Amino acid sequence: MTQITYDVPPDEITAPGHLGCGGCGATLTMRLALKALGRDTVLVVPACCWSVIDGPAPFSAAGVPLMHTPFASAAAAASGVRAALDVQGRTGTTVCAWAGDGGTFDIGIQALSAAAERNENILYVCYDNEAYMNTGVQRSSATPLGAWTTTTPSQNPKTQSKKDLLAILAAHGIPYAATATVAYPDDLLAKFQRAKEIRGTRFIHVLSPCPPGWKIASERAIDYARRAVDARVFPLVEIEHGAEWKLTVDPPRRPLESYLQGQGRFRALLEDAPRVAQLTKQIEARWSAIERATGSR
Amino acid sequence: MTNTRVLEGTHAISYAVQRSRVQVIAAYPITPSSGAVELLAEMCADRRLDARFVPVESEHSAMATCAGAAQVGARAFTATSSHGLLYMHEMLHWCAGARLPIVLANVNRAVGSPWNIFVDQSDSLSQRDTGWLQYYCENNQEVLDTIVQAYRVAERVLMPAMVCLDAFFLSHTCEPVTIPDQDAVDEYLPPFDPKYRLDPGEPHAFGGLPANDSYMELRARMERSMREALDVAVEADAEYGRRFGRRYGLVEPYRADDAETILVTSGTAAGTARAVIDAFRAQGHAVGLARIRLFRPFPAAELRRILAPARRVVVFDRNLSFGSGGIMAGELRSALYGSRVQPMVFSYVGGLGGRDVTPDTLRAAVDHAMASHESRDDMLWLGLKE
Repeated sequence: MTQITYDVPPDEITAPGHLGCGGCGATLTMRLALKALGRDTVLVVPACCWSVIDGPAPFSAAGVPLMHTPFASAAAAASGVRAALDVQGRTGTTVCAWAGDGGTFDIGIQALSAAAERNENILYVCYDNEAYMNTGVQRSSATPLGAWTTTTPSQNPKTQSKKDLLAILAAHGIPYAATATVAYPDDLLAKFQRAKEIRGTRFIHVLSPCPPGWKIASERAIDYARRAVDARVFPLVEIEHGAEWKLTVDPPRRPLESYLQGQGRFRALLEDAPRVAQLTKQIEARWSAIERATGSR
Repeated sequence: MTNTRVLEGTHAISYAVQRSRVQVIAAYPITPSSGAVELLAEMCADRRLDARFVPVESEHSAMATCAGAAQVGARAFTATSSHGLLYMHEMLHWCAGARLPIVLANVNRAVGSPWNIFVDQSDSLSQRDTGWLQYYCENNQEVLDTIVQAYRVAERVLMPAMVCLDAFFLSHTCEPVTIPDQDAVDEYLPPFDPKYRLDPGEPHAFGGLPANDSYMELRARMERSMREALDVAVEADAEYGRRFGRRYGLVEPYRADDAETILVTSGTAAGTARAVIDAFRAQGHAVGLARIRLFRPFPAAELRRILAPARRVVVFDRNLSFGSGGIMAGELRSALYGSRVQPMVFSYVGGLGGRDVTPDTLRAAVDHAMASHESRDDMLWLGLKE
């Protein structure tokens, strides 16, 4: 029998009894992220699934101090936490804003861009489940082309492409930006460990499978996160100072359909061959751009 | 040792913040409040103030940054005005609910559309239900003194506080202001040391959905704290008076003890009103003034006490709630309804968007009320050009 071992820190910081759905990528990501970041961490959470997942007050599953804050304000509130900790001499504490794609790509991008421009010494994590899942699967600017959501119904799935947030953050020239997913836990842990050691604004974009929103079975969540990487839909990279791109996982380059098939949200898309071709072309183009940026082509 | 300087209102704010040893300042510029944070940025840069200055990209973020800082247990400050305050609206509610004793200086400025940068109180009065204490100041010395007092009150009752001053008439007008000694302020205002804070040594979550049905009980506690703030504000003002020789009261009366007619107003209009009162007194009319300094919590009992001798109360509001009228007049009518103190109340609205409020403006209101023989439930315009 083949045994796969990962070098995962044993300290379990997050508690069981959280309110995440079965197979929730955001919950699994938090468990791993905190193993890397350690207990000397403060979380700042805007309106998102984690506003609920953390558990009913006074209970909290996170295991580290957590500040809830209104939707648009994660990066700004985290800046305030950072400033206060610095004034108190607690410069070693990691301040981590933890937001969904709605709070990052959409309503929170102004505060995030500003914090990145100021190079605030914070780690900003976007767990991207590609729609407003907490409010019932409405489209966000992170929703992919052709996906069903409750505001892009199957008669007219999303006609716009996913916003390239990683490139936007990279354009701020921040010291560290990376993508990660729970399907590659060693890669994810390494990136959080790396981010912890860097000062200045760090951004980690996590693709976070959402079984109810993607219309997949709970036990397939990690499988689909892996398929996203393998089909080059979600390349795993890291970027230093907005310029030095590095591919951290070289994917097997499976066809896009291997990722789309079986996800209920793509049922209508799969019947629209020209749209699949358009999406394939976009993925190829972005992949080529990343290859050029990483110097691998 | 006294240190008196000629300061514009925005700089009186800055010195108050410095003396209060604020630790985190987050701000976004807006006319006419910008001077306050410009000087604070300078004070942080040259270490006259040991604080972090966070130049955020919006007022929403300014208040969010203050919230983050206060949640860690730091003393936080911002200054804004008009549209900036309105843009903070969501965060104002949040900070009150989170029991974060942040102090905000608001330069009262009209709200668009159309654009107008001049004084009226519609910006802060439209935020009256956010759970913030609200002070309204008459001069720059009071601005400085009130900010220091506001931290003391806010941190005792764990509710945030807003200190308001009129656009240009205070913000950009130079007046002599005595800056209290640091040691004396330190004795008056001990460091902020909240019992609960974001601390990795004792992890808690703040602001999450309550498990049990406790939302209304949390609101009831806020209401109790706001009521308690009335007594705490009296104590803070009295103690300030003992230490620094200046006190103002929650409502400041002027020649009101035996007045048959009392003019009620707030902000710099009160300064004009004093001259008008003196002129009426010189003509033998028993006219006095009650200046509302603390608006939230509303000092209803104090107003009833001061207004007790009056047959007529003339409220001058530099603000308007469309479809209801002058906001302070409405609050005052509420405070008097059903009480033994039942003067005739007359409500006048004027001075909006910086329209001049001259002695003649206020004299016209008092003359009009004195010629009337029954209470009115409507509002009357002053200085309207139509």
